[in-house]
Amino acid sequence: MGDNKLHVLKGIDVHIREGELVSIMGSSGSGKSTLLNILGILDNYDSGEYLLNNTLVKDLSETKAAMYRNQFIGFVFQSFNLVSFKNAMENVALPLYYKGVSRKKRNLMALEYLDKMGLRNWAEHMPNELSGGQKQRVAIARALISQPKVILADEPTGALDSVTSLEVMNILKEVNQQGITVIIVTHEKDISEMTQRVIRLRDGVIEN
Amino acid sequence: MFDLDKWHEIYLTLSRNKLRTFLTALGVSWGIFMLIIMLGAGKGLENGVMQGFGDFATNSMYVWTDNTTVSYKGLPAGRNFNLNNGDIDLLKRNVPEIETLAPRNQLNGYSEGNNVTYNNKAGTFEVFGDYPDMMKIQPKKLMQGRFLNDKDLKDSRKVAVIGKRVYDVLFAKDENPIEKYILINGVYFQVVGLYNTAGTSNMNARETEEIFIPFSTFQNAFHYGNIVGWFAITAKPEYKASMIEEKIKNVLKKSHQVAPDDDRAFGSFNAEKEFGQMIGVFSGIRWLTVFVGGATLLAGVIGISNIMLIIIKERTKEIGIKRAIGATPANIMVQVILESVILTFVAGYFGLVAGVGLLELVAWGLVEFEVEAEMFSNPTVDLGVALKALAALVVAGITAGLIPAYRTTKIKPVEALRAE
Repeated sequence: MGDNKLHVLKGIDVHIREGELVSIMGSSGSGKSTLLNILGILDNYDSGEYLLNNTLVKDLSETKAAMYRNQFIGFVFQSFNLVSFKNAMENVALPLYYKGVSRKKRNLMALEYLDKMGLRNWAEHMPNELSGGQKQRVAIARALISQPKVILADEPTGALDSVTSLEVMNILKEVNQQGITVIIVTHEKDISEMTQRVIRLRDGVIEN
Repeated sequence: MFDLDKWHEIYLTLSRNKLRTFLTALGVSWGIFMLIIMLGAGKGLENGVMQGFGDFATNSMYVWTDNTTVSYKGLPAGRNFNLNNGDIDLLKRNVPEIETLAPRNQLNGYSEGNNVTYNNKAGTFEVFGDYPDMMKIQPKKLMQGRFLNDKDLKDSRKVAVIGKRVYDVLFAKDENPIEKYILINGVYFQVVGLYNTAGTSNMNARETEEIFIPFSTFQNAFHYGNIVGWFAITAKPEYKASMIEEKIKNVLKKSHQVAPDDDRAFGSFNAEKEFGQMIGVFSGIRWLTVFVGGATLLAGVIGISNIMLIIIKERTKEIGIKRAIGATPANIMVQVILESVILTFVAGYFGLVAGVGLLELVAWGLVEFEVEAEMFSNPTVDLGVALKALAALVVAGITAGLIPAYRTTKIKPVEALRAE
C-alpha cells in the first residue's frame, strides 16, 4: 500500500478449507478488516504468502487483481455498497457486465438470483426503495452471481436489526451448504456462534 | 458494440447535477460558438471585399501622367505631358512581361452635366474609349448584343456598349436598345451591346453607369488626337504586376524626356499590390481568430477536465464497489474518458450548430433585406472547417478526460470502500 507501511497483522497462519463457514472476530483495531482486504485481494501485504485456490496471490497488477476478484470472490459489505443509480437487478448483474456477459443473459441470471433471495418482485426497485435486509440480500445475490469460490462478508449484519440479521445469516448458511466457502468478519458473538469455526484476532495475531 | 449500460450510466452521471453539467458544457459551447462566428465574420468580410474586386483582374496595374517635378534635358519642372499612341507599341516591345495592354480615355460626365441623350431623355454617364482587351481586365456580364471588337477599333466605328443603368435611364421599359442611336457630347453612336456588372453588391452598381466606345473612335470624335488618358495593364501569370511597374515607368520616362529620378511624374495604381495586402490582412484575421477562439475553447475544455475530477471524487465509493466486484482500471478509465468526450462533443455540437445557424441567419438576412453592406457578404464556414472543429472536439474531450481517468487508477478499492 504505497510508501506508508503500517504493521497491523503480525504473523497470521491460518488455513481455511474449501466449503468452510468461518467467522473472524476481534475488536476494532485487531486487524480483522485488514485480513479481509488481503483475502479479498483489495490490499497488498509485504511478507508471507496468501494462497487462494492453490494460487499464490501476491503483488498482482490491478487488472489481474480485478480478474481474480471477479472470478473467485464475492463481497458482502456492512453498508451494502449497492450502486445507487442502478436498480436491484442491474446491481446483481454488474459483476457479469465486467465478465462481458450480454445484457439479456446477465439480467436473466440476475432475476434468477433475486428469486432465490425472494426479491423477484423488487427487481426494478432502486436501492433507496429497499429496506436494509432487502439491500443486503441484493448484495448477497450480487456476490453469488459470478459463482465465486469464496464469499467475504464484512460485518454483513452490522447495519441490521436482530430479526433481519438472522435472515441474512440463514441465507449465508444456505450459500455455504451449496459448497461455497463463507468468511464472515464480525464483532457480534451470536453471529460468530452460528459459524463452524471462529478465528479470534487481537492486536494482529490469532489468539487461541 | 453498442453497450446500453455504458451510455445509460453516462447519461445518469451527467444528468445527476444538471446545472453544473450545463454550465460546464456552456464553456465549450461558447468557445466553439465564438470560433465559428469569428471565422464566419472574417470570411464574410473577405467575401465582401473580394466581391468588390469582382472578376477584376487582380494581377493588374494602371499608369497615368502627372506633372514633372524635376527639370531634365532643358525641360522645366512642372511640365504637363500626356501618354500617346506611340507608347502602346513602345511598351509592348520593351516590356515582354505585359500580357494585356489597354490604353484608355474617359469623358467625365459628372463635371459636364447631361452628356448623353436618346430621344427626349438625357443622363450623365462616364464615357470610356477602350480597346476590346479591356474586357479581360474588368470583365462585364453581357446581357444583350456584343462588346467592342477589333474591327470597331480598326475602323473607328461609332458604336457604343452601354451599362444597365444607362439603359434604364435612357430607354423605355422593354425597349430593345440594340442598333438604336444615342447622342454622346453631340456625336451619334449606335448601341451594339448592353452589360450588367459581374458582381452583385451595390458597390458594383456604379459600373453600370458607364458607356464604352472604341478607343480610336473616342480620340477622333472628341478631338483627343493621339492622347492616351492612362494604361490598364495586366502582367503575364508568371510575373507580378508590382514587379513590372517599375520597368514600365522607366520605359515611359525615357520616351517622354522625364528625369530618371522623377518619381512623381507618373501616377499609378497597383491592384496586385493592394490585393496582396488584402490577402495578408485576411490571413492575419484568420490566425487571430483561430488563436483567440482556440484559447476560449481550451478554457472550456479545461473546465470539463475539472468537472470530471470533481465527478470522480464524488464517485470514489462507486468506483471502489465496481473495482471490488471485478471492474479493471481500464473499464473505469474508458468510462471516464467517454463521459468527457460525450460532454465535450455534445456541448461543442450545440455551439457549432448555434454558430452556423447564426451565420446562416445573417447571410439570409443580408440577401432577404438587401442590406447594403459594402464590406460584408455571405458569412459562412466551410463544411470542412466545421468537421475539423468537431474532430478537434473529440480529441479535446479525450485529452480533458485523460487526467481524471488516470486519477481513477490511483483509487484503491479499499480506500474507496472505507470512505463512508
